[in-house]
Amino acid sequence: MSQTNRLNTGGRIDRSRVVTFTFDGKSYSGFAGDTLASALLANGVRLVGRSFKYHRPRGIVTAGAEEPNALIQLGVGARTEPNTRATQIEIYDGLVSESQNRWPSLTFDIGAINSLIHRFIPAGFYYKTFMWPAKAWLFYEKFIRNAAGLGKGPTAPDPDRYDKLYHTCDVLVVGAGPAGLAAALAAGRTGARVVLADEQSELGGSLLSESSATVNGQAASAWIADALRELGALHDVKLLPRTTAFAYYDHNAMSLVERLTDHLGPTDGKPRQRLWRIRAKKIILATGAIERPLVYLDNDRPGCMTVSAVRTYVNRYGVMPGRRVVLMTNNDSAYRVALDLANAGVTVPVIVDLRAEVTGPLAKAVREKGIEILAGHAIAKVHGEQGVKEVEVARLSDDGKSVTGSARRISCDCVGTSGGWQPTVHLHSQTRSKVKWDDALNGFVPGDTIPGQNFVSIGGAHGVFDLAACLTEGHVAGTTGALEAGNGGNAGSAPTADAAAEEQPQRPLWIVPGEKPVGQGGKHFIDYQNDVTAGDVMLAHREGYRSVEHLKRYTTMGMATDQGKTSNVNALAIMAGLRNVDIPSVGITTYRPPYTPVTFGVFAGRDKEDFLEPIRKTPMHVWHEDHGAKFEPVGQWHRAWYYPKPGESMHDAVNREVKAVRTSVGIVDASTLGKIDVQGPDAAWFLDMVYTNAWSKLGVGKCRYGFMCGEDGMVFDDGVTSRIAENHFHMTTTTGGAPRVMAWLEEWHQCEWPDKKVYFTSVTEQWAVIAIGGPMARKLLGEVCTDIPLDDASFPHLSFKEGTVAGVPARVFRITFTGDLSYEINVPPSYGLHVWRAFMQAGEKYGITPYGTEGLHVLRAEKGYVIVGQDTDGTVTPQDLGMDWIVSKAKPDFIGRRSMLRSDTKRPDRKHLVGLLTEDPKVVVPDGAQIVEHLKDRPPMTMLGHVTSSYWSPNMERSIAMGLVKNGRNRMGQTLYACWENNRVKMKVTEPKFFDPEGARVNG
Amino acid sequence: MFVINCPYCGPRDEHEFGYGHEAHIARPTLEQQGTMSDAEWANYLFLRTNTKGVHFERWVHTKGCRRWFNVARHTVTHEILKVYKMGEPKPDISAENLPR
Amino acid sequence: MVEAYQRRSALAHFGLNALASQKADGAGITLGESAHRAIINIRGDAKDPAFTAAVKNATGCDLPAAANTVATAGDVRILWLGPDEWWVVGTDARRAGLIDGLRSAFAGQHTNVTDVSESRTVITMTGPAARDVLARGISLDLHPRAFGPGQCAQTSLSRTNVLLHQTDNAPSYEIYVLKSFADYLWRWIGLIAEDFGMAVKAE
Repeated sequence: MSQTNRLNTGGRIDRSRVVTFTFDGKSYSGFAGDTLASALLANGVRLVGRSFKYHRPRGIVTAGAEEPNALIQLGVGARTEPNTRATQIEIYDGLVSESQNRWPSLTFDIGAINSLIHRFIPAGFYYKTFMWPAKAWLFYEKFIRNAAGLGKGPTAPDPDRYDKLYHTCDVLVVGAGPAGLAAALAAGRTGARVVLADEQSELGGSLLSESSATVNGQAASAWIADALRELGALHDVKLLPRTTAFAYYDHNAMSLVERLTDHLGPTDGKPRQRLWRIRAKKIILATGAIERPLVYLDNDRPGCMTVSAVRTYVNRYGVMPGRRVVLMTNNDSAYRVALDLANAGVTVPVIVDLRAEVTGPLAKAVREKGIEILAGHAIAKVHGEQGVKEVEVARLSDDGKSVTGSARRISCDCVGTSGGWQPTVHLHSQTRSKVKWDDALNGFVPGDTIPGQNFVSIGGAHGVFDLAACLTEGHVAGTTGALEAGNGGNAGSAPTADAAAEEQPQRPLWIVPGEKPVGQGGKHFIDYQNDVTAGDVMLAHREGYRSVEHLKRYTTMGMATDQGKTSNVNALAIMAGLRNVDIPSVGITTYRPPYTPVTFGVFAGRDKEDFLEPIRKTPMHVWHEDHGAKFEPVGQWHRAWYYPKPGESMHDAVNREVKAVRTSVGIVDASTLGKIDVQGPDAAWFLDMVYTNAWSKLGVGKCRYGFMCGEDGMVFDDGVTSRIAENHFHMTTTTGGAPRVMAWLEEWHQCEWPDKKVYFTSVTEQWAVIAIGGPMARKLLGEVCTDIPLDDASFPHLSFKEGTVAGVPARVFRITFTGDLSYEINVPPSYGLHVWRAFMQAGEKYGITPYGTEGLHVLRAEKGYVIVGQDTDGTVTPQDLGMDWIVSKAKPDFIGRRSMLRSDTKRPDRKHLVGLLTEDPKVVVPDGAQIVEHLKDRPPMTMLGHVTSSYWSPNMERSIAMGLVKNGRNRMGQTLYACWENNRVKMKVTEPKFFDPEGARVNG
Repeated sequence: MFVINCPYCGPRDEHEFGYGHEAHIARPTLEQQGTMSDAEWANYLFLRTNTKGVHFERWVHTKGCRRWFNVARHTVTHEILKVYKMGEPKPDISAENLPR
Repeated sequence: MVEAYQRRSALAHFGLNALASQKADGAGITLGESAHRAIINIRGDAKDPAFTAAVKNATGCDLPAAANTVATAGDVRILWLGPDEWWVVGTDARRAGLIDGLRSAFAGQHTNVTDVSESRTVITMTGPAARDVLARGISLDLHPRAFGPGQCAQTSLSRTNVLLHQTDNAPSYEIYVLKSFADYLWRWIGLIAEDFGMAVKAE
């Protein structure tokens, strides 16, 4: 059996190129240009999946992005992708596809038992049953989640590459049907920068499914070819087939996904998909319209589809969707299709028209072909469990609410229905522009455009279906859009087509009555993908879920991967009928991105693994790497964390490094510290405002430690700032806080005190910083730097000198973050590695030891120095840290001063930073352990605070910790408990100073 | 993703900018600070309007010229109705006289 | 004094000369590093004739008044950064002279001169695919109608802040980037260039 339903001629497929693929393990062949759906239909395969809730056999309903049913598990292994629409998958040799939601096989599916017990699982069933008692949901959920879900996600990392880029253009046209092509041509001819995107493999839109339309007096297909040739020759026009515009964001930003190689199968090398982030001056939405299926009894039998799908399969793909196709319609569109089918040799036993009378030239032409028209009739039932076999057709009552008389049985293998057309307003709606109801169309059309966006909907997308009108609209929109964007070139003349014959109005009949009343046998499906029926909408109405938002959530209508593209209007209309109100009164939900599902990979693009976040490296990074350093991320920086020697654990290495600093000399790369150059006559005044302590009287050549607080009085950064000259300061900040402090200074200067004469320049990377510290530091520095006197009198603690270090001009600061005699040597980064090596070489005889951030943290904790952001969390004042001395009492004003006078900040029992020593010196409590005074058997207990810093101190030979504890300073000597998981450890409250409390070591 | 017309660099994508906070909230003078109650001070510190409609707010062109400036933005439509330099007066824009 | 060979550029660890010797036929871009430039940040009031005259006097170059533009005079360029902020860019050899010249020319004015030469390196990119590569990381419109030679912009390239300067219609660009990000940015460009082909210019 090979392509039994393929026509010998016609269509846009290439019969000379046979493509083989598998579906559920079986091999099939199709032709180049086929979708998986058209190829399966060509092979007579109608059953392609099982439904979500009832596991009912399902077939292909549409021929496009709106497909609710034919969801396919595509590909294997790491490349497998669930819920892809068979109607949008282009086949390629070796394609592997599988049906979903069935076990053990598609034709025999255990889950179909849900269909038999359906009366026990109506809409809202899960909510009603499993939500009580509330706790039990946790138990039920995993079974329900297992039973649910269509398809399986891949479990291995995505092996494909993805591309993404920004693009700017004058006019972006979405949709390359007749209106979109005409728009792109007009805009392109003016010289405008144009992008024309269409989700299909070929540009042409609805014209690709046309059998007889003409444009400019030539066949539509010839006109498309000419138009594309002309567009392709325009330098500033980009044509993007296979590209879905899926998200319309603020200020005319559109995200589109271009499928580069999906139609070729897995390819190594080329990117698979590309994300376009386009900013367009004008966007033209020519997205066409989606045909609504009718809601009739058992309308989900495989073989039931929309009339437009039937047309596309016959005309575009040369496929008979069935041998005997019954059409049911409430409008004229079925008649053209009947003619196409007849011309292709497909039998159309009857056209069932819901309208009482059918007149007009189309009906006449159909009758002339010998096709019977049953006006005022309806399909009352569809037979055929795994595929349509027969329909029962009966006369409609005058009010359309029931069928009368005896039914006529007509055998067929395909049913095409048309309930009218709904403009594809999704992108319009994504902008939060409203839609409005159109009575003639029986659908929602775009309403006013929300201010701030600049777009227009044309053609089918705003309810205009006449070809001539679409072409004219496109031409006008393209010309206008280009002109608005400043392109005044000649747009040429608009393409023309014969005006269409006037059509007979449609008859909206939102539920086609069946042989039994709705809900009493068989099902009227509305939302195929989520198995929502007309009966479910009635139930929702009975139970009071009547607004669109309630209806949607109660029944899950429109909440599947297709977002209800074929079902929303039908459901709303049925609810409106039940409530006896007009359809707009029920409301419509706002469509949100994406229009169709988009794979995560394309959003990530290349921003993954090493490129997820930039890694900032210091000038000495290569040395650290070469010497086995482990790195720690600090903001975007990678800082050397510790340098394990062979066989050393982290604990061993850190202990060795920390001891070396206290006994000889250590060296650390401190280049990441933020540095800001502050200059101007008002520099000192400014520092007085942003720091809590006083700066005006700091001597030139001196350094001072300071806290910056927010206006709320809470510490937000700290650092040492030095006076280089009378009006020139060198400020340092924390590594992570550097950009924040810079923005903070600029904000106060630019917004609050613009008259102050001061300039700030970030110089973080103008200097590589090497800090050496320990008893031998002075001696070592003296060997590498010969032009700065280092004795205490000439170069005391908290001062700085300029000189030459290892032959390089340097600023040397005598400051410390470890409590030892220390120097921070600032040199140009291009010489950073050279100077570092010079210290390593000269320091070898002293056992100079490079140490990392972990060692640095232990050393500072031994001294009780805080790390802003670790020992503080934005709720801590300088006073809470026990550092009242750093808050000036003399300055009239500084940022945060007034807040320090608030009753809450003055409270004596706030959380204070204190030292915490475990009773057992060997126990190191983890950071974050909660502090409790009165233990109970189990939580909850009253928590007094938490441990902020906790380390093993090799110099104290015991554990040390600091923590924020309520009323902590008034608890000195008290025993509290640190609690984490099941551990309870006694800790004594102490001063947060453990090592060298008198501070003698800064003098060496 | 907005386009913000930096008063100095011209129109750029939103990701180049940082949002500050509501504009036109002057820091109380030292004299005012001295007479303000804690509640009044807290009002200056923490309480902001939550406008549905035209909102005046402070932005900084972080990745460009690093200048702070003010923006009048419609919080419903996300229209940027006006961009103006720091120090320029608050424009007379409200729901009633939108410059469209 | 220290020997010149002890000085390292931010991208030295990639060994650009060795990379440059590799065959790269049909490369869409050629990438290089222009290291150790003098980059001097100056601040002042562009409307103050004393300031503009001082700049001209010290550098021989006019101060570019228009936003996002670059003025050139001989081997000195001045790049617009903001309404009161510019970079004076020159060769390494001219660094000290330019700084001293600017400081003395500015005497008595509220202006500012800060040496930021060491904080940044310059990645040069030229070739027919340069715009395509940059479009992967820059949201700015670089179409010839929107951005051409003599224009500059501070913006972000991928996840890095840069100053981008177009120097000719090849098109060629100079990308000023903080040294700590240079390794990341070079590797990122290399990743993008896989689809376009990349050659490396010797130092």
